[in-house]
Amino acid sequence: MATLAAIAEAVRAAIAEAAVSLRPDVLAAMERALPLEPSCRAQEVLGQLLENARIARAERVPVCQDTGAVWVWIELGTDERLGGDPQCTVDEALRQAYRDNGLRMSVLRDALGERVNTGDNTPAFLDVSLRPGSGASVHVMLKGGGSDNASALAMLDPSAGPDGIVRFVTETVSAKATGACPPLIVGVGVGGTFDSVAKLSKKALLRPLGMPAPTDAAADLEEALLAGINALGIGPAGLGGLTTALGVRVLTAPCHIAALPVAVNVGCSAMRSVTVEVP
Amino acid sequence: MTEAARIVLPDAGRVLRELPVGTPVLLSGPVFAARDATHERLAFELDRDGVLPYGLAGQVLFYAGPTPAAAGRPAGAVGPTTAKRMDAWTPLLMEAGIVATIGKGARSDEVRRACARTGAVHLAAVGGAAALLATAVRSVEVVAYPELGTEALMRMELEGFPAWVAIDARGNDLYALARAEWAGVASRRES
Repeated sequence: MATLAAIAEAVRAAIAEAAVSLRPDVLAAMERALPLEPSCRAQEVLGQLLENARIARAERVPVCQDTGAVWVWIELGTDERLGGDPQCTVDEALRQAYRDNGLRMSVLRDALGERVNTGDNTPAFLDVSLRPGSGASVHVMLKGGGSDNASALAMLDPSAGPDGIVRFVTETVSAKATGACPPLIVGVGVGGTFDSVAKLSKKALLRPLGMPAPTDAAADLEEALLAGINALGIGPAGLGGLTTALGVRVLTAPCHIAALPVAVNVGCSAMRSVTVEVP
Repeated sequence: MTEAARIVLPDAGRVLRELPVGTPVLLSGPVFAARDATHERLAFELDRDGVLPYGLAGQVLFYAGPTPAAAGRPAGAVGPTTAKRMDAWTPLLMEAGIVATIGKGARSDEVRRACARTGAVHLAAVGGAAALLATAVRSVEVVAYPELGTEALMRMELEGFPAWVAIDARGNDLYALARAEWAGVASRRES
């Protein structure tokens, strides 16, 4: 039974884990990239990032001082009945996790005006969606500001096609990558509507590196984008090299006959997300 | 790889301005952590009083907002934040006596020109390496604006903090130079 208490516990545990540990797929990709990188400076940067991951995990220190704004996505089985208020419950779990684990409070009450820090990193940016069956999948992402700032959205003409998508995504990364903590994981949403394509690009970041794309077309696009981005020369930390991105994740959706919505959500080298299955 | 230049702060302005772009450095001594909200206040006080407050003339600004100190450690996680968000204030602060800044990511032409004009430099540290970089932080103390939380002005004592000269005192920009060099390597590999 996926109760609110079980979901709260999942959120608390996921935040504590994500803050101090790189995803295993990201760590493995970085380890693979280091010996292939011909730039000495890039090797030094990747070496620092790997050593950082080791220290963070061993000493339970955050991987990055920007412990993020928290996105929580609950995929809830329709057999479940939560009762109560999911936003309040998740916010309380988040509040406890940030306090108990000594994480940074990086959320403001309102974007406009005085921009006062809420002091407890709430609210969570919460999505709840329904799916048939029982249980719940709870996805938790600690998203850094520097990488989210490097993101962008475009409503392309359908005639732009895959080449147009590659051009837009590569230009976005080209303009903004150095401040987004490369090597990046680039989430790309294609399809949906103006509002939903951005969420698609964020969800794309959840698919582990090494897990194949859902369609051949998405796999082809990922390959073209990764080659294009790594040809930019930006490199780890933006200090030059051939590893600007560790991977590109594409997620697609239906869309209007007149539309080709594209969104890029940039993930940093400290891409932190955890999925917890609540039975 | 070139051996890192050991820089002892403060009073390192003269040494820093001689270092060519791309030089790795290891910083020891005091720096002042300041990010977005702090910059707005520093610029306001500079405009009001005509001088940099809190003895910042001749000092180094580190664009960072650390996590709270953990038990048995002087700092939690500490690493650079995106430098370009501070671009609007940096030329003014360099004119007033800031000798170096530490951050991540490329900066504006205005900052590049401010470095060339004032002899200040910008240093790049690795973003996302905050658990490692924190081991080079000996102490953290709030100097001003405690109500800003992680954005308060903080004095940090460094020991062997690794960075690179990203914009040198002549205005040469590592982000542009390194990128052009490695984009060239990538295109030659492809052909």
